[in-house]
Amino acid sequence: MWLFQLLNSALAQADSSTFMPPAATELASQVDSIYSFLLWASLISFVLLIGGMIFFVIKYKRRTPNDKTAYITHNHTLEFLWSFIPFCIFIFAFAWGWIVFHQYRSMPENGLEIHVVAKKWDWRFIYKNGREVTAGVDDQGNKTPATMVVPLGRPVKLIMASEKVNPASNEDPRDRPVLHSFYVPAFRQKQDVVPGRYTTLWFQATELGTFNVFCAEYCGDGHYSMRAAVKVVKPAEYEEWLSGEAAGGAGGKPLSLAEQGKNIYATHMCIGCHSLNGSAGSGPTWKGIWGHEVATDKGTVKIDENYIRESILQPNAKIVNGFQGGVMPSFAGQLKDDEINALIEFIKTVK
Amino acid sequence: MANNHAHDSHGAGHNYLNHEKGLWSWLTTLDHKRIGIMYFVTVMAFFLVGGLAALTIRTELFSANRLVDGHVTGAVVTASQYTRLMTYHGAIMVFLVIIPGIPAFLGNFFLPLQIGAKDVAFPRLNLLSWYCLLGGAALAVTSMFFGGADTGWTFYTPYSISLSKAVVLLVSGAFVGGFSSILTGLNFVATVHKLRAPGMTMNRIPLFVWALYSTAILQVLATPVLAITLLLIAMENVFQIGFFDPSLGGDPVLFQHFFWFYSHPAVYIMILPAFGVISELIATFSRKTIFGYTAIAYSSIAIAAVSFFVWGHHMFVSGQSEIAGVVFSAITMLVGVPTAIKVFNWVATLYKASINMASPMLFAMGFMFLFTIGGVTGIMLATTAIDLHFHDTYFVVAHFHYVMVGGTLMAIMGGIYYWFPKMFGKMCNEVLAQASFFFIFVGFNVTFFPQFVLGAKGMPRRYYDYLPVFEPLNRMSSIGAYMIGTGFVIGLIAVIHALLSKQEPVGNNPWGGKTLEWTTTSPPPHDNFEKTPIVTAGPYEYR
Repeated sequence: MWLFQLLNSALAQADSSTFMPPAATELASQVDSIYSFLLWASLISFVLLIGGMIFFVIKYKRRTPNDKTAYITHNHTLEFLWSFIPFCIFIFAFAWGWIVFHQYRSMPENGLEIHVVAKKWDWRFIYKNGREVTAGVDDQGNKTPATMVVPLGRPVKLIMASEKVNPASNEDPRDRPVLHSFYVPAFRQKQDVVPGRYTTLWFQATELGTFNVFCAEYCGDGHYSMRAAVKVVKPAEYEEWLSGEAAGGAGGKPLSLAEQGKNIYATHMCIGCHSLNGSAGSGPTWKGIWGHEVATDKGTVKIDENYIRESILQPNAKIVNGFQGGVMPSFAGQLKDDEINALIEFIKTVK
Repeated sequence: MANNHAHDSHGAGHNYLNHEKGLWSWLTTLDHKRIGIMYFVTVMAFFLVGGLAALTIRTELFSANRLVDGHVTGAVVTASQYTRLMTYHGAIMVFLVIIPGIPAFLGNFFLPLQIGAKDVAFPRLNLLSWYCLLGGAALAVTSMFFGGADTGWTFYTPYSISLSKAVVLLVSGAFVGGFSSILTGLNFVATVHKLRAPGMTMNRIPLFVWALYSTAILQVLATPVLAITLLLIAMENVFQIGFFDPSLGGDPVLFQHFFWFYSHPAVYIMILPAFGVISELIATFSRKTIFGYTAIAYSSIAIAAVSFFVWGHHMFVSGQSEIAGVVFSAITMLVGVPTAIKVFNWVATLYKASINMASPMLFAMGFMFLFTIGGVTGIMLATTAIDLHFHDTYFVVAHFHYVMVGGTLMAIMGGIYYWFPKMFGKMCNEVLAQASFFFIFVGFNVTFFPQFVLGAKGMPRRYYDYLPVFEPLNRMSSIGAYMIGTGFVIGLIAVIHALLSKQEPVGNNPWGGKTLEWTTTSPPPHDNFEKTPIVTAGPYEYR
C-alpha cells in the first residue's frame, strides 16, 4: 500500500498534462494517478517499440533483391522478458485499480442520502426532507438542467432509479423506463441507472464549484441533452439551501420522505400486518430491520432498498422464514416509484 | 468442388477468372477463389455505405448546435436521424464489413492456397455463407424502410424492446448474417484439419492460416450465442415475452451478459485475422523468417481461449458486483500479454532483415503504430478504477477505432495490395497505393487521437450534440474523417485502375513470398495447383 501512496503523491505533481478535467474528489485524484502512471508507461513502451521498428526499417532497408538476412527463429530469454515485464505492469495496474475501485464501491455508513430519478431525458433529485429539484426552462426556452446541491467534504450517497416517461401510461412501450448512466467527469464516477432496481454511488467533494452531470448510457434521441449539475457549497450554505424558502414552493414546506412514507403505511394498510413495535403480525415487523440480514426461503438476504422494493412489487419472491407466502398482495401499479421511495425512507427510520 | 467442366486445364492464360463466363457462373460458383472475390465486392459495397454514414456523423459533429434567434445552427441532420446513422454505421461496419472482411474475403481466397488444397472442405456451404451474408444485409436494408433502428449496434435492452419493426428486422439481419460467419468458421476448421497438402504439418502452416483457424473456432463457438440472444430480442419485441425488459419481468443486465459473451470474442474474430495478415506481410517484406513462429501461432489460440472469459469488462458500471468486475479486469489483463508478445515478435523480425517499404509493408507498419496505441489504451480501460471515468465516453470510441480500423482495416488494405497480383495477375499502381496509405494513416490519427482527449475530458459517446467547450477537438476529428475518406477513395481508384490497366504478366511471385500461394500462377488456375505440392519445410524459409 505504501508503494501506491508514494506513487500517488509523486504523480499528483505531474497531473496537469494528462487531458483530464480538474479533480473534485480525493478518489478522482487517485484515479488520475493510476492513469498518469499508465500514460507514462504506455508512452515509454510506445517510443521503445515503434522507435525500434522505425530504426530497424531505416537500418535494414533492402539494398538488393537477394539480400542475405539473418535466420533467427526465436530467443528464449528475450521472449521470456517481453512476456514477463508487460505481465508485471498489467498486474500492477490491475491491483492499483482494484484498490481504488474498492473505495468507490464501499458505501459510507453515514452518508447524506439523495434519491436520483432518471427518465428520458431528465434527472430529478429528491432530498430526505422532501425537497425536490427538477429541470426547468429559462427565459429563452432553453432547458436548464436540474442542479443537485451538496455540502463540501461530506460523503453523499445517491440512490438511483429509472422511471417511466409518463407515469400514468402503461400502453406505449416507448414510455417504459430504460437504462441511463449517472456520470460526473470531475468525480471520475459513473454508475448505470437500471430500470426495476436501485443502483448506488457515492462521492465526497473536496472542491467548491458546479460540475457537469452527463447521461453516459445511450437512451434515445434526447440522450445528448440529458444533463444535470452538482453544485458543491459550504456545509452552512447547504443547510440554509435545504431548509430555505425556495424549498417550500407554493404549498408551504413539503413533508419529509419518511413522513410521506408513514402516511402511505397507514393509507395502504401496511399497518395491518407489519408492526412498528416489534410484535409479530402476518408479516415481519419493521422495527429495526433496516440493514440487517434475515433468513428467507431463498437464502440470507440483506434488507436494503432493493429487497424492500422487490417485496412490495413481488411479495412472494423471498419470504422471511417463519412467515407464510401468498398472504401479501403485490402493490405493482398501485404504488408509484416515489411512494415506494418514501416507504423505504420510512422503514429506515423505524428503529 | 468436384467440377466436371471440360477444360484444357492449365494452358497459358487459363485461370479461375476465365474458367467460366457470365454472371450466373459467379452466382453459382463453388470455387473458393470466386466466392472470395464476391465477398470482396460485397464487403466493399457495405464499407462504402457504412463509411458514408460515418462521414455524415462527423459532419454533424463538426459544429456544436446553437440557438440563434430561435433557429438552430450547426445541425445537418436531426437527432433521430443521427441516432439511426450511428446505429447503421456500427451495425454495418461490425457485422457486414470487419467480421467477414478478412476471413471470408482474403481467408476464403488464400487459406486453401496456403495449405496446398484445391478448395475448402465444404464448397457448397461456402457459397451458402455468402448468400447468408447477402440475406442478412437485405434484412438490414429493409429495416431502414420501417423507420430505421436507433438502438446502437449493441441493441441494449430495454431500449431495444419497443415493438419496433425496424429493430426486429435489423436483429434478424444480424442473425442471418451470423450464419455466414458460422459456416465460414466451420469450413475453415475442417479444411485446416483435413485438406493440408502432404508434408504440411500443423507446425508448417503459415501464420495467416493459424490466425484464421483460431478465428474459426471463435466463430463456431461464440456466434450461436449471439444468434440466440438476437432471437430473444426479436421474440420479446414481437410477443412481449419478458426476457430483458423489467416492465415485462425481465432483466436488462442479463442481455448485456449474453451480448458481450459473443461480442467480446467477436472483437478477436475481427482482429485475429489481421494479426495473420501482418505476420505474412512482415515475413515477405523483410525477406526473413518470422521471429517466434510458435509464440505467434499459439498466442492466437491463447487469445481465442481467454477471450471467452473477459466479457464482463464491458460492464464495470452496469451494476454487476465488485468482485465480478475485479475478476474480469484481471483476466482482461492476461489477454494483454499474448497480444503484446505478437507485436514484440514482429518488431524482432525486422532485426537484420532486408526491408522493402512497398505499400503493403507501409500498411503493416501503420498497423503496428496504431494497434500499439489501441492496445495500451485497452490496458487503461481494463483497469477498473480508470474505466469508471472512461466507460461510455469518446475514449472508448477512440480505443476501439484504433484497434478495429487502425488494426483490422489497415491489415485488410495491406492484404489487398499484397495479394492483388495473385488474385488478378496485375499490380496496383504504387504511387496511388502509397498515397492511399498516407491519407488513411494521417487522417486516422487526426480523427481519433482527439477523441481520446475528448473522452478524458468527459464527453460521452453517442451524443448528437455537445457542450461548446468540446468543439475545437470535434472539428479536428471531423477534418481527419474526410482525410480517411479521401484515402479510401484513392485506394478504390488504385484497385479499379489496376483492374482496367493493360500490364505485363506479373509472374508467380512478384514480392518474393515463400508461402505456397506464390508457387502457382497469377491468377491461379481453377484447381489452384497444377499438381499437389509436397511440403518439406516451414513457411518462411529465407536462408
